[in-house]
Amino acid sequence: MKLSWTGGGVKRASGGCAAPTGPWESAGRVPDPAIRFEAAGFAHGEQRVLGPLDLAVQAGETVVLLGESGAGKTTALRLVNALLSPTAGAVHVLGRRTSEWDVVRLRRSVGYVIQDVGLFPHLTVAGNVGLVPRLEDWPRDRTERRVGELLELVGLPPGEFAARRPHELSGGQRQRVGVARALAADPPILLCDEPFGAVDPVTRAELQREFTALTTRLGTTVLFVTHDVREALRLGDRVALLDVGRLTFLGTPAGFRSSGDPGPRAFRELV
Amino acid sequence: MSVFAFLVEYREEVWLRTMEHLALVGISTAGAIAIGVPLGIAITRRERLRAPVLGVANVFQTIPSLALFGFLIPVPFLGGIGARTAIVALVVYALLPIIRNTYAGVTGVDPAIREAARGMGMTDRQVLGLVELPLAVPVMLAGIRVATVIGVGIATIAAAIGAGGLGVFIFRGVAMVDHAVILAGAVPAALLALLLDGGLHLVERRLDWRRR
Repeated sequence: MKLSWTGGGVKRASGGCAAPTGPWESAGRVPDPAIRFEAAGFAHGEQRVLGPLDLAVQAGETVVLLGESGAGKTTALRLVNALLSPTAGAVHVLGRRTSEWDVVRLRRSVGYVIQDVGLFPHLTVAGNVGLVPRLEDWPRDRTERRVGELLELVGLPPGEFAARRPHELSGGQRQRVGVARALAADPPILLCDEPFGAVDPVTRAELQREFTALTTRLGTTVLFVTHDVREALRLGDRVALLDVGRLTFLGTPAGFRSSGDPGPRAFRELV
Repeated sequence: MSVFAFLVEYREEVWLRTMEHLALVGISTAGAIAIGVPLGIAITRRERLRAPVLGVANVFQTIPSLALFGFLIPVPFLGGIGARTAIVALVVYALLPIIRNTYAGVTGVDPAIREAARGMGMTDRQVLGLVELPLAVPVMLAGIRVATVIGVGIATIAAAIGAGGLGVFIFRGVAMVDHAVILAGAVPAALLALLLDGGLHLVERRLDWRRR
């Protein structure tokens, strides 16, 4: 076996920003706050989509961005992994502005799960989950081991699922693979854009429960986007309510439930 | 003399012409792939180039083949009498379906898949090589198949500029007003087209991620 530790090595070399080193040890090494929006805004020409937004996500915390369609939730998320660049202010990830990061390094430190999952249909489940480790030049046996661990972790026995292709999975199983893939290189931060939006309510509740257990256990910092208020209250350590690009409420689920502000009240009526 | 009797009696020349024909088509299609695939990829990256590139390839396709062979004869380096000129012309004809299908295959990839690939920190090159191209392969191969079959047909005209191939029998048959001789070129050419079409179809199926 060729002994290399390229993945971790490159990360450590690339910044004083303390990226994760070993499996499942992210939390203790992540600077606080893990993500910070600093008067961050995004506009298409004259059209303001988001901001100015000030929000800090603490290491190990799960913050849910809640809001209607067009509230700027997805935009906020895409500012974090630099799929978009802020047109005003700045976003800091692991203590560094996104504009100062090498985008490839940034994105490999930040897991990303989207509603349509975007599993690669030409690869097996194992191929999908092991892709980032492969890009990071992990030795094959280490990748295989990690893929096995992750599939176990998301409740898909590798013996049964590793060799399947995405079209042979149910919607819920695909989402699990999506989560496993996002966690593959042990990112300290996970971004989720309505990952459970397209599955049935029973599977959804199950996925939510497992997701919380998983990210708590791994100490992952999570920024989670949803328009479902129940999901927000169930998953979030804190809930951030966005309305037409502005933060109208930020607090715990309990605070959200008892808040007299019009934003939370309007959303509570939906429950 | 019947076609069958002709084919048997002149089997050596038939074989030779068939191989010449195959070489014309094979070399020109390979050349068109070498030029067309990178061009097709380029226009997915530089949207501004799309209209001019496809436009030029389209115009090439509208030039009558006999005229194109004729135009190429006086051109230095590329032209002259013989197989080289024919191959240049055949490459020109094969370009459009290959460029167009490469473009369509790559741009047809589900945006969610591309987003996921970029979001996981793939470079543009990795998105292309690991995701877009493998997913585009069936569409690209369909274009190559069309180009090959068209090439078999057009290559018969290459005999007019001394490039050999099965067109030799056809032109000779026309000159002799002998149907059997015309068919001695046309039937093997048709069979060759069917054979290549079927063969490439098999390759297409084997490389198609949807069928695995």
